[in-house]
Amino acid sequence: MTVELLLQTLLSGVLFGLVYALVAIGLTLIFGVMDIVNFAHGEFLMFGMYAAFWGFAFWGLDPIVTLPLTTLLLFAVGVAVYRLVIRRITDAPMLSQIFATFGLMIFFRGLAQYLWKPDFRSVDHTIVAGKVAFAGLQFGLPQVVAAAGAVATTAAVWAFLRFTRLGAALEATAADKEAAALMGIDAQKMFALAWGIGAACAGVAGALLATYYPVFPEVGSTFILVAFVLVALGGFGSVVGAFWAGILVGIVEVMGGFLWDPAYKMVLVLSLYLVVVWFRPQGLMGKA
Amino acid sequence: MSAPLLEVRGLTKRFGGLTANEDVGFTLQAGEIMGLIGPNGAGKTTVFNSLAGFFPPTSGTILLDGVAIEGLPPEAVAARGVARTFQIVRIFRSMTVLENVMVGAMLRHRAVPKAAVVAREALDFTGLGRRAHDPAGQLTVAEQKRLELTRALATGPRLLLLDEVMAGLTASEVQEAVELVKRIRDRGIACVVVEHVMEGIMPIADRMVVLENGRKIAEGPPAAIAVDPVVIRAYLGEGYLAPGP
Amino acid sequence: MRRRSPALALSLAGLAAAVAFPLLATKVTWQNAAILMLMTAQLGVAWNILGGYAGQVSLGHAAFFGAGAYVSTLLSVKLGVSPWLGMVAGAVAAGGLGVLVGTPCFRLKGHYFAMATIAVGEIVQAVVNGSDALGGAVGFNLPLGETGFWGFVFNRSKLPYYYIALGLLLATVGVNWLVNRSHVGYYLRAIKDEPDAARSLGVSLTRYKMIAMILSAGLTAMGGTLYAQKELFIDPGSTLSTSLSIKIALVAILGGAGTLWGPVLGAVVLTAIEEATRIAFGGTGRGTDLVVYGALLVVIAVFQPSGVMGLFTRRAPRAVPPPEPEARFP
Repeated sequence: MTVELLLQTLLSGVLFGLVYALVAIGLTLIFGVMDIVNFAHGEFLMFGMYAAFWGFAFWGLDPIVTLPLTTLLLFAVGVAVYRLVIRRITDAPMLSQIFATFGLMIFFRGLAQYLWKPDFRSVDHTIVAGKVAFAGLQFGLPQVVAAAGAVATTAAVWAFLRFTRLGAALEATAADKEAAALMGIDAQKMFALAWGIGAACAGVAGALLATYYPVFPEVGSTFILVAFVLVALGGFGSVVGAFWAGILVGIVEVMGGFLWDPAYKMVLVLSLYLVVVWFRPQGLMGKA
Repeated sequence: MSAPLLEVRGLTKRFGGLTANEDVGFTLQAGEIMGLIGPNGAGKTTVFNSLAGFFPPTSGTILLDGVAIEGLPPEAVAARGVARTFQIVRIFRSMTVLENVMVGAMLRHRAVPKAAVVAREALDFTGLGRRAHDPAGQLTVAEQKRLELTRALATGPRLLLLDEVMAGLTASEVQEAVELVKRIRDRGIACVVVEHVMEGIMPIADRMVVLENGRKIAEGPPAAIAVDPVVIRAYLGEGYLAPGP
Repeated sequence: MRRRSPALALSLAGLAAAVAFPLLATKVTWQNAAILMLMTAQLGVAWNILGGYAGQVSLGHAAFFGAGAYVSTLLSVKLGVSPWLGMVAGAVAAGGLGVLVGTPCFRLKGHYFAMATIAVGEIVQAVVNGSDALGGAVGFNLPLGETGFWGFVFNRSKLPYYYIALGLLLATVGVNWLVNRSHVGYYLRAIKDEPDAARSLGVSLTRYKMIAMILSAGLTAMGGTLYAQKELFIDPGSTLSTSLSIKIALVAILGGAGTLWGPVLGAVVLTAIEEATRIAFGGTGRGTDLVVYGALLVVIAVFQPSGVMGLFTRRAPRAVPPPEPEARFP
């Protein structure tokens, strides 16, 4: 009985951790390519959630159905943010970059409040509603679908970076901007692409999350902190690192809540992070 | 012969599977200039980093005045009288030239006014005095290298490690640098000079140590090194004509 | 000497204006805004020692602010200790916390350090949130109890708070000034510019970063005590949140990190923007103020990345004339 409960808890941690990972992958991608920490990344997630919600509220379309649209929309938002703001601070000191993306975060949250009010909203019914039973364990279908979608998206991003010319160009830019420029890679395009993909990942995560998680203007704040931890834990710029860190953090979070006290679950996650960077300042899979 | 200022024995440094230095050993007397040469990747800068405490050697001993200093952090090594420059200049760009040198002087003189006086003297000694109040970033590359040297000098070292201070300089600038190193030696400060510019190091070195693939392959006076077939094959290349004795 | 006199005159004029301000602007809202400005400035200046001069960008300073607020409050609520002593105790506690934070975090560089300090701040907040002894999520109401100077509670007029805030700000600027002029200031800037070069000159990175951390944390905590005594209410949300940490950093960055008066200027600008947008667009509950505020931050970051101070720092004329053209041009 307790073994089952333990497994149940463990696996639900993994399921949530995978969604965390998807948010973090976009963040780590942007960081890896241009050394900027995007404080407004949680707001990309928030926009993804609202896109899913409004698709549902206006047209009765399920978040899963509108997922491709949401992805495209957020890709466009990411590129637009890059073109309008980030492009101008590429070479600015780290301090003003923090400043700019933090300003964006406040701006986006304010915008969401202005446009959609600070209320909590949720998608009442979805095609992925219900439960799945598996070896005597029970999980919410939305959670399972979200996790599966997160894995698929992560795999797609990974494969893109690994196997396509464009992905290779992106990786080359991340590794060495000057060398990449000498090889004829347009860094500006790569930066825009990283922001597009980064925002799209968060958008996908948002849409998947919207099937079971409330939507509100500040929803990003919960996720951005964990995403930061994952990025640093996995190693800044490492997609694979962020993925494993997501699973690890998901497990630690639920187990902490399960064995200790839910109020302290973040303490556990953050302490884990500090311990890891104490021994490996570059994170689990970061370049030394 | 007095006890050496610096004695390096069996210095070995490995990074993972890569061996950067293997069993390097040499000694240096006070007030001596030693040239450390070798082809790219021979491990010269690694020797510097070990000497200056930037990382602990995998094995071997480094004795400064008979006291082991290997494994000490850079700041402790500096306090014991070893100063260095960097292959790629690392000046403090937010400061003026004088302030850069003051940071060096503060090792022995914590009080700011006193440090300023010491720094000013050092700048006058190296000929950068009239640039004292310019932002360090405005200096030419040659001047930046000289600034770094001045800053190191201001720490009041017994041993100065100069990492390619002549690279990228014009012929007349090299000549000035050569004169400067001689004058530093005349103050009783020993120098280890890593250099690619042969016309810069050959005339002033009392002794040369040649590295190849992390090992010492030759040691001796410059004139002997210049005609040493082992060195010529490893490093100087077939076309090199040794300066006449 | 002559070079410094305009700055000195400007400082004196500023000081006179600051002293006279609440006597002329007697409206409570104005005075409140001014106190807020001074308190914000003090936090920015305190942050600046670590984040500006030493270049260690902390995004967890709320932990130190909270330490000041909580230590003095707990001492006064539970043991009846004067908040003035509590302020000192809070500063010491924050300094200790700073050492605790710095020991692991100073091994990290740049973004890694910033992220780690966020983690520390969040941990402290979560711990306080979950601890009944520390008031939990509800926080503390400070008793009105003993009013007057020793009790550090003033309910008749805002003026005492104003002058205490001003005094604390000046003291903090004074500490910055002293640090800046001593070898510590030079070392911190050296560490920020080129840590390896600094080490090669005998500068212990850990030691000097730690000095900056202790000073910065201690002074931030004193601001925390002042906040608690002025608001007479503290909870994790208002004194320990990461958004407070970021705001503290923002003030310094906005004004110009690593400059003596930059954070003060930053606090003036930031508070003015905040208050103006709140008054003009706030109250609707629709976030218009946030939209304007956020947009302004972005615009400033994009167009004035060195901070507002950069607008004012025309290079002072140098004592030494520019060098003559090099004689050895090819």
